[in-house]
Amino acid sequence: MKKLSFGKIITHLVLLAVVAIWVIPTFGLLVSSLRDKDQIALTGWWKALKYNEFNEIIRTEKSNVQVKEGEYYVITGSLFSKSSGKEIKNFGITSKAPSKYKAPSKAIMKNGSIFQLEKNGDYRWVSKKKFKHKKGKRVFITVITPPTMTLENYEEVLFFRGLGQSFLNSLTVAIPSTLIPLIIGAFAAYALSWMQFFGRDLLFATIVCLLVVPLQMSLIPILTIYNDVGNFLGVSAKSYVGIWLAHTGFGMPLKIFLLRNFIKSLPHEMFEAARVDGATHYQIFMKIVLPLSIPAFASIGILQFLWVWNDLLVALVFLDKMPSEIVLTSRLREMLGEFAQNWEILTASAFVSMIVPLIVFLSLQRYFIRGLVAGSVKG
Amino acid sequence: MPLLQFFIYVSSGILVCILYYVLANHLHDYFYKKFYKSNLQDSKLRAWIFLAPALIILFIFLIYPVAETTRLSFLDNHGREFKGINNYIWAINDSDFRQSIFNNFLWLIVVPTSCTFLGLTIAALADRVWWGVIAKSLIFMPMAISFVGASVIWKFVYEYRGPENDQIGLLNAIMVYFGASPQAWIAIPFWNNFFLMVIMIWIQTGLAMVIFSAALRAIPEETIEAARIDGAGEVRIFFFIIIPFLSETILVIWTTITILVLKVFDIVLAMTNGQWGTEVLANLMFDWMFRGGGDSGRGSTIALFIMLGVIPIMIWNLRRFKMEDNK
Repeated sequence: MKKLSFGKIITHLVLLAVVAIWVIPTFGLLVSSLRDKDQIALTGWWKALKYNEFNEIIRTEKSNVQVKEGEYYVITGSLFSKSSGKEIKNFGITSKAPSKYKAPSKAIMKNGSIFQLEKNGDYRWVSKKKFKHKKGKRVFITVITPPTMTLENYEEVLFFRGLGQSFLNSLTVAIPSTLIPLIIGAFAAYALSWMQFFGRDLLFATIVCLLVVPLQMSLIPILTIYNDVGNFLGVSAKSYVGIWLAHTGFGMPLKIFLLRNFIKSLPHEMFEAARVDGATHYQIFMKIVLPLSIPAFASIGILQFLWVWNDLLVALVFLDKMPSEIVLTSRLREMLGEFAQNWEILTASAFVSMIVPLIVFLSLQRYFIRGLVAGSVKG
Repeated sequence: MPLLQFFIYVSSGILVCILYYVLANHLHDYFYKKFYKSNLQDSKLRAWIFLAPALIILFIFLIYPVAETTRLSFLDNHGREFKGINNYIWAINDSDFRQSIFNNFLWLIVVPTSCTFLGLTIAALADRVWWGVIAKSLIFMPMAISFVGASVIWKFVYEYRGPENDQIGLLNAIMVYFGASPQAWIAIPFWNNFFLMVIMIWIQTGLAMVIFSAALRAIPEETIEAARIDGAGEVRIFFFIIIPFLSETILVIWTTITILVLKVFDIVLAMTNGQWGTEVLANLMFDWMFRGGGDSGRGSTIALFIMLGVIPIMIWNLRRFKMEDNK
């Protein structure tokens, strides 16, 4: 056992604090998405495991449900619907003393009738005289609710707020937008590394320049092209094909750049041997380079997939907002306006949009980090 | 039914792409043999078959648009009449644009600095404790999620309720706990910019940390050992040995995050949509693309200002990669 120096303890504490700051916001979102929606609106998520107390006013049944038992008139019922899991702590029958009685106990009404309330909300109201009230009598209660965890919010957003469809739309956008640039980029990268053609250095320099061109430079001209093509063909300017091509275009320089670095690093003796054996470049690419590039494809593919999945701007510009096309990020952004105060919807929706990246991150972290580090070197 | 459509769409999109390469190469081989009767390996055409899709896409989606956007910035709102530098004059006098430039500068100063500082600190700390890998993994996690998702997470942290209510936002709950009054954080002009930047820093610090972590391990142990024997303390070693070793890495991280910050859009759109003095260039441009039927002249002008910011990095990259290639 190494001895713990003062500096060592500080190191542990500082790092622990940083990790806490980084994790707590996401954790709060996750916890909230699993809470009952009334509770989210009332208390902070850190109180999720606490019993919450709040006051309610509930009316009893009207006089028409009374039953005669012997010489007494009786009304029975429950203040809560079915099994709410709520528990009554105190109750009162006047607004001046809303928590006069501790449940379960009997309260004596002004007219001498006796009102008995159980903790679970069941009551029995007994009177010698016939009940005549038209509206139910008001009962003031202090309720304790147990902490509940529910998947209701997820059910709501996935099936009733269109997020299930959006999830599918996001996949429809992301899968081809990941694979197409990889395929096109791999062929181009191979040509740049091992084939002779006119203007090779110039092309590579152009790609290096294009690496950092902000995609804002492309939005207006491409939107114009899409509108023209759409008008000419009589189809909508906003389509899946359109966004696949746009993502392919915006991701292309980086894909070519990274794949070229990788393919160029493969041993050149291998290529020379294959050439001597009479293999064409196409055969070398398909039979040698492709199988060897799988790990590089994985890293770069994950990077592109997450980029597309998380993208908002390209989807806003090139896809329609109708239910059959709107992607998760775009729908989530709409919800931020639509349900600004409904945190049960926002938290669950945000988590639905994060679930795929988180799975990718947790299962393929090594590839993801490798891709990101390689990608950042380009600036 | 949507599931079937999904499969058809996705597979046909990818198939078309693969089909091109297979067909084009086989057709090439077939006709080459038929007409030239020479060695297939000598074909000069194949390079262009490999390159064609990439070249066409690069041209349509990046090269042409850069030229076109530049041209549009000198035209009117529909891209028809030549207006000289009218759009630029408008931009310089527009209060939203000035606000955006100011805010973008603020972002450019604060975010890369904070990410670099935090990333390096965390990487250095995590190397010293046994649970460092877990810590790094947790800090890196936000890199995987979207800016919009992150905005929802932080909007919930900043959530404000009137002082008479229980606060459900973490930050305001802490304020109340310490006896201060709750604030509507994202609506406080000027300072709200920093609350938005926190989101970007929260996401990007992971990247800086991972890169620094790899770079730290590359520092030769003997150098540090030698300094220690000479009596240098940890702090001195950090500033006079580790930092100089990392200068290249710092520059790379700085440029990466700078490019990202120049284009910051999603966070601002989701959190405030540029209200309360938080406007940035990318969001302003998006706004002008669609405002009143769209103004391509003003939109393009704003895009060019973003482009202006990346040009120094572009030149630096070109030099760097030329040097690497000549090695």
